[in-house]
Amino acid sequence: MVDEYAVEIKGLTKKFGDFTAVDRIDLKVRRGEIFGFLGPNGAGKSTTIKMLCGLIMPSSGSGTVGGFDIWTEPEEIKMNIGYMSQRFSLYEELTVMENIDFFSGIYNVPRNKKKQRKAWVLNMAQIEEKKDHPVKTLAGGLKQRLALGCAILHEPPIIFLDEPTSGVDPLSRRNFWRLIEEMAGEGKTVFVTTHYMDEADNCHRLVLIHRGKIIAEGTPSELRSSYMKFDIAELLVDQPFVAMDILRDAGLEASLHGETVHVSLESYESCQDEIGRILKNAGLTIKGIEKVPPSLEDVFVTLVEGRE
Amino acid sequence: MGERIRHLVIKEFIQLLRDRRMRAFLFIVPVIQVFVLGYAATFDVNSVSTVVIDFDRSSESREIIRRFTSSGYFSVKANLTEDREVIPLLDKGKTLCVIEIEKGFSERLRKGIPSEIQVLMDGTDSNTAMIATGYVHSVLKKYGSPKGGTDKSPFRTRIWYNPDLRSKNYMVPGVISLIVMLTSLIVTSMSIVREREVGTIEQLMVTPIKPVELIVGKTIPPALICFFDMILVTIVGLFWFNIPIRGSFLLLALCTAIYLLSTLGIGLFISTLAKTQQQAIMATFLFFQPAILLSGFATPIENMPQVFQYLTYLNPLRYFLVIVRGIFLKGNGFDILWTEMAMLFLLGFLIFTLSSVRFRKRLN
Ligand SMILES: Nc1ncnc2c1ncn2[C@@H]1O[C@H](COP(=O)(O)OP(=O)(O)OP(=O)(O)O)[C@@H](O)[C@H]1O
Ligand SMILES: [Mg+2]
Repeated sequence: MVDEYAVEIKGLTKKFGDFTAVDRIDLKVRRGEIFGFLGPNGAGKSTTIKMLCGLIMPSSGSGTVGGFDIWTEPEEIKMNIGYMSQRFSLYEELTVMENIDFFSGIYNVPRNKKKQRKAWVLNMAQIEEKKDHPVKTLAGGLKQRLALGCAILHEPPIIFLDEPTSGVDPLSRRNFWRLIEEMAGEGKTVFVTTHYMDEADNCHRLVLIHRGKIIAEGTPSELRSSYMKFDIAELLVDQPFVAMDILRDAGLEASLHGETVHVSLESYESCQDEIGRILKNAGLTIKGIEKVPPSLEDVFVTLVEGRE
Repeated sequence: MGERIRHLVIKEFIQLLRDRRMRAFLFIVPVIQVFVLGYAATFDVNSVSTVVIDFDRSSESREIIRRFTSSGYFSVKANLTEDREVIPLLDKGKTLCVIEIEKGFSERLRKGIPSEIQVLMDGTDSNTAMIATGYVHSVLKKYGSPKGGTDKSPFRTRIWYNPDLRSKNYMVPGVISLIVMLTSLIVTSMSIVREREVGTIEQLMVTPIKPVELIVGKTIPPALICFFDMILVTIVGLFWFNIPIRGSFLLLALCTAIYLLSTLGIGLFISTLAKTQQQAIMATFLFFQPAILLSGFATPIENMPQVFQYLTYLNPLRYFLVIVRGIFLKGNGFDILWTEMAMLFLLGFLIFTLSSVRFRKRLN
């Protein structure tokens, strides 16, 4: 009876008219796993999550969430999942406590548990002293934790988070990921999408989706080693934007990483000098160049660009 | 089930009452409407601005002027003696009515020769002019008849307007029907469209809440507010405008409930059409305006072209207007109003069911 998989989908497809937003996706998410669903803008991440949560109907394909069929048992699924949508969906004009009261009522949190669950949310979101403030007055990080709290008041075993950390400061993002790890530690399944590649390293397993299709999957380290046949050179230059353009014009794969430029090369040792020459010819000086282990972002850039 | 609806209703009330503009709309606008329609939009013609030119300057002519002044229908502004000053006043709209008493009026009256008074009336607003003319007639008739029993004046008086039927009595109960419709349309559609606009509807749809619960939870708050507004308007009507309520208040409440089926249904329907709150407001007024025109609120249905008369049968406002006016002014009971009530219920049932079906479809 107890499935090994919290989410299992086969050939899941969603078409909007002629446009295929999600194209025959297969995936499996183990119970208790932090599952990262990555992809650039418009890849189909939100659309997939919405199909799994019963918000929209798939065009074709099959799937189960918590062992319940997405076509025939959406009501059962709703009892077993928490969902935090990409847009913060709290009632802004209501206070923190009123939001918590509302969602605990809507989720039918049993009477004897209500008090304890409400206290748990206040504590988890570290929002105790703001409980009578309207939500619209809260900072982004607090809102986001409160939204999570409200979405899981009913202690669902499976949690879907759609870009939970977008638009939130780095410290809040780190705090938020600690919460996600805690929940996974308690045996909950977390299905999370994100734009931030540095966050992807916190996931147990990842799926990369691009234009509605899965292009890679595995653990973060598997992705690094098996999809990355190239070496990465990290350049420190004065004008990283200009440098990136110049290198791209020269036919190289270059991307920005903070203040530095990453270039993927067949072999670092044989190409190092050539990069120096290209940039020097363009009048730029290299302040530093070194070989670095590929980040997930490098893997991602390589995979996506390979498809363009 | 009840628990989820209860929480939804509480949440809706918090949202409605915490919003200052919404509060004003819900509780102040109805009162303003009663006052505006009770005072301004009246068909009664009072204090017609009047200019008198008295060439006769006799006790008789002064008596006539006094009669005009004391009738309450005319406010006599100037007592001119020059003819040519008058036309500009009429042209500029400074005065509506000019009464001119010729020289020799009293002399002829004493001799028993028919005497004349010239009345000039600004006919731009034909309705007012007609009514004011009627008043002129009745004032002069009263002046003419007690003297010697026969009517010496050349005027033949017809009663154009029944001064006992104040149009306040007619308008104020009608306001209830407008307020209930406007409030339920706006509140129902806005609360749903706002959730869609902000994105909270998605959060609601992943909870175990059922569409029926959502519909009930979204329509109870506007329904309660409409009842409150109905009572508010009734109280203002009773105590401020001294409008009688001759029928049963309980019947009025029951009929309001039936009427709400239609209006909430239409609000629900608008919520399925509109993508933004602005669109919801626009759709509301696009519906509301013709609904008033085709209801008999201001103009009698019998005067409309045939096609429009048929259209009024689809208008819930039409039936409810007959009901409120019947209850307030005529003291009608169920025995007289049952056809309207039945039609209103049928219409409400259809509208609400269709809208609910559409609403459920729209959710997925
Ligand atoms: N209701 C809709 N009708 C038509 N097209 C849609 C609809 N919803 C999404 N799309 C399209 O489907 C594609 C995938 O959208 P989706 O929101 O799933 O992307 P995403 O991966 O979540 O992107 P983002 O990172 O921007 O959130 C996009 O091109 C989007 O424009
Ligand atoms: Mg998205």
